[in-house]
Amino acid sequence: MTALTTALKVVKFELSDLARSRWLLAYVLSIAIATDALLRFNGADQRAVLGLVNVVLLIVPLVAVIFGSMHLYARRDFIELLLAQPLRRRHIFIGLYLGLTIPVGVGMVVGIAVPAAWHGAWTGSLVGPLATLLTVSLALTAVFVALAFCIAVRCEDKLRGLAIAMAVWMAFAVLYDGAVLLLGSMFADASVERPMLAAMLANPVDLARVVMLLQLDISALLGYTGAVLKSAVGSAQGLVLAIVALSLWVAVPLWLGGRSFVRKDF
Amino acid sequence: MIDIRALGKRFGRVEVLRSVDLQIRRGQVTAIVGPNAAGKTTLLKTILGLTRPDRGELTFDGERVNGDPAYRSRIGYMPQSPRFPDHLTGNELIALMTDLRASTSQTLDRELIDRFGLAPELDKPLRTLSGGTRQKVNAVLAFLFDPELLILDEPTAGLDPVASGVLKNKIARGHAAGKTFILTSHIMSELEELANDVAFLLDGRVQFAGAIHDLKLRTREFTLERAVASIMTSMEAA
Repeated sequence: MTALTTALKVVKFELSDLARSRWLLAYVLSIAIATDALLRFNGADQRAVLGLVNVVLLIVPLVAVIFGSMHLYARRDFIELLLAQPLRRRHIFIGLYLGLTIPVGVGMVVGIAVPAAWHGAWTGSLVGPLATLLTVSLALTAVFVALAFCIAVRCEDKLRGLAIAMAVWMAFAVLYDGAVLLLGSMFADASVERPMLAAMLANPVDLARVVMLLQLDISALLGYTGAVLKSAVGSAQGLVLAIVALSLWVAVPLWLGGRSFVRKDF
Repeated sequence: MIDIRALGKRFGRVEVLRSVDLQIRRGQVTAIVGPNAAGKTTLLKTILGLTRPDRGELTFDGERVNGDPAYRSRIGYMPQSPRFPDHLTGNELIALMTDLRASTSQTLDRELIDRFGLAPELDKPLRTLSGGTRQKVNAVLAFLFDPELLILDEPTAGLDPVASGVLKNKIARGHAAGKTFILTSHIMSELEELANDVAFLLDGRVQFAGAIHDLKLRTREFTLERAVASIMTSMEAA
């Protein structure tokens, strides 16, 4: 059996199981309500999209990393059953990863796109920012599910794994920018642009924010690292750099997690 | 059929298997017995490739078990009281396994579904089923692909006497048809009823392996339970 067919069969199964998950439904509804509220009170303009960016940059990584790790722990016995079949471990792992990333990602897209369409936001100048927002959120979903899988495979204890997942989210989504800003101000005299750029590439949430804001052309919510990137590189270059870095943020944790999955004792 | 030599496995500080030597004979029912935490499940999982040994060698029909998963198409596995995905029904689980595993020409062995009277339960989500009913589904999956070797970890745990009897009959018929079985159970009388070979695992080693009949002769006991107890006491004394 080829790699693709095994993985796809696992994906197909995961889709049919997760379609009935209340967690996923609650997630989609929450995002839809948030999107609806922002568009309702701000009107369909860039401010509403900016508000949405802030919500998405916090919520999407949180849900992906927590849901992702919990999911893998809950699947433990089922994975054992799959591993006892004549299937390659790597194919099973890819199937499990896509099988979670696709429904969580699609759920998020539906949660944003449908209310946006309802409010007639898919017109004129908002199409670009909204499409970018969806793309960026999909990338964040892929990154944080990959991180979650990496954590859950490598950490046998469920509670510890969840704590690590939570800490990873806190670090990237909340603490990171503050720490970078603090360091920047401490070395305010020196030229900090290059270290800042490196710091931004090292955080997927920052990367997502920058890609979004390059698109929105609003510097109000840029965050320090974003401001540096914007001035350091032009839009097109910055975008390419950000895309490459985000891809690495999916590939590296997934590769590490996959390697552990292949070697692990179940 | 399976040849295990000097197999060792350590989990952190705990050396679960020190040096296991064991031959599983084709067409026989081998019972793995031993106290709790003796490494019975670890041994079964090593045969399946779920757990990777630190040392030693495991061959399946002369072929060394390494990364290639193909040999598992000849094995049916019944894990110890597994938890299946929440929303899945029994029929969906069977369909998934069939999708993943069966070649098109294969006829599925659905006999246990009829014998357990399981058909009406297979449309319900597995999480709503009782532990015993889930264990029946577990048994159905192990036999579904008509494998040559069945590895059954506590197969009758949680089953009522009727269902337990159904499963034991299935094992006996499989044995008569030339299939190989490896089982664990805490109920010695049950193993005595089903198995002809026994491997007694203690302190990470196989202390006795051979025909149950020989074990009884050696210990001069009439039942497997007493024979095993006799070995354990003599080892403690030594």
